[in-house]
Amino acid sequence: MYGKKVRLRIVFIISILTIIILSVYIILKLLEDDVVYFKSPTEIKQSSENITKKIRVGGMVKKDSITLDNKKIFFIITDFKNEISVIFAGTVPNLFQEEKGVVAEGILQDNNLFIADKILAKHDENYMPPEVKESLEQK
Amino acid sequence: MLALLNEKSKKILISSKFRNLISILFIIFLSLGLFEALVISPKDYLQSDSVRIMYVHVPSAWISLGIFSIIAFLSLGVLVFKNKNFVLISKSLAPSGFIFNLIALVTGSIWGKPTWGTWWAWDPRITSMLVLFLFYFLYLLTWKIFEKNKAITISSYISIIGAINVPIIKFSVDWWATLHQPSSINVLSESTIHSSMLIPLFLMTAAFALFSMLIFLMKYNVELIKVKNKGLNRI
Repeated sequence: MYGKKVRLRIVFIISILTIIILSVYIILKLLEDDVVYFKSPTEIKQSSENITKKIRVGGMVKKDSITLDNKKIFFIITDFKNEISVIFAGTVPNLFQEEKGVVAEGILQDNNLFIADKILAKHDENYMPPEVKESLEQK
Repeated sequence: MLALLNEKSKKILISSKFRNLISILFIIFLSLGLFEALVISPKDYLQSDSVRIMYVHVPSAWISLGIFSIIAFLSLGVLVFKNKNFVLISKSLAPSGFIFNLIALVTGSIWGKPTWGTWWAWDPRITSMLVLFLFYFLYLLTWKIFEKNKAITISSYISIIGAINVPIIKFSVDWWATLHQPSSINVLSESTIHSSMLIPLFLMTAAFALFSMLIFLMKYNVELIKVKNKGLNRI
């Protein structure tokens, strides 16, 4: 249908694209641990090696788990399977709330205690006016 | 030769006629969109007024991704079939895609500070958006650095290779744990954005699309005039 040159050019471009897509795929797979922004409590508890470097833990702030003690804040991050207690000294973002997403950056003390030096609130994909939220809660 | 020139002049005429219509539509959609976004639409239950940043952020991101995809498809046509017109169209589309990519990054940052508590995070979605921005930058830079024939080939390869990043941006929030929220609007499921907030979102998307169209037509016109003048010089 097309000339020989056109067909050869198509083959050339498809080959280049295949090579690059495969390379990108391999790189992203190899670096998966660094590509993800945070790990869940379950992933941290399941990892066999001792994590000593700075990491991020993410999940939900457990209900009724936030306690304040002069300048320090304690709370529990849960993924509804496992949980990790977090200590943080500093100011938390406005959207930091119980039963909302959170990402804590810091160092794992032992399997159950995490000393955070930065707290980020994670926003979910739901957007609605306050009235709608209230009527949802009443249901 | 003369017939070809006439065809070019016709294209120039048509695109300038279109421009007036699109300018008017753009002003209408932008004013409606801004009025909806800033006055009528409600606050969010959690983010309060900062939800309004979304009405600029999300359309900008969509349009920058859309334009890059179009450029990549056209560039395939350029490389395989040596289509000269596709070159002019891609080249004229790139600046508005680049600007909207920048707007998406900046507004995302402005939203991130009050919501997440940080201006920037090396999260897969944000990083891949930055990579797209660099591809746009390279694409535009190619036209400035290389002489015409080289620039056509190099810029086409840049856009085709950069297009690999487009699905990575789209699915980054599903493949990896990201700080950025997953998409709220999906083809197969109901939107998780309340309908009162979807109206300004779609109006602003239409306004930004019209604006890109306007900038495109202006750039395209300039390119056509350049080609026409070159033709005249040769005669």
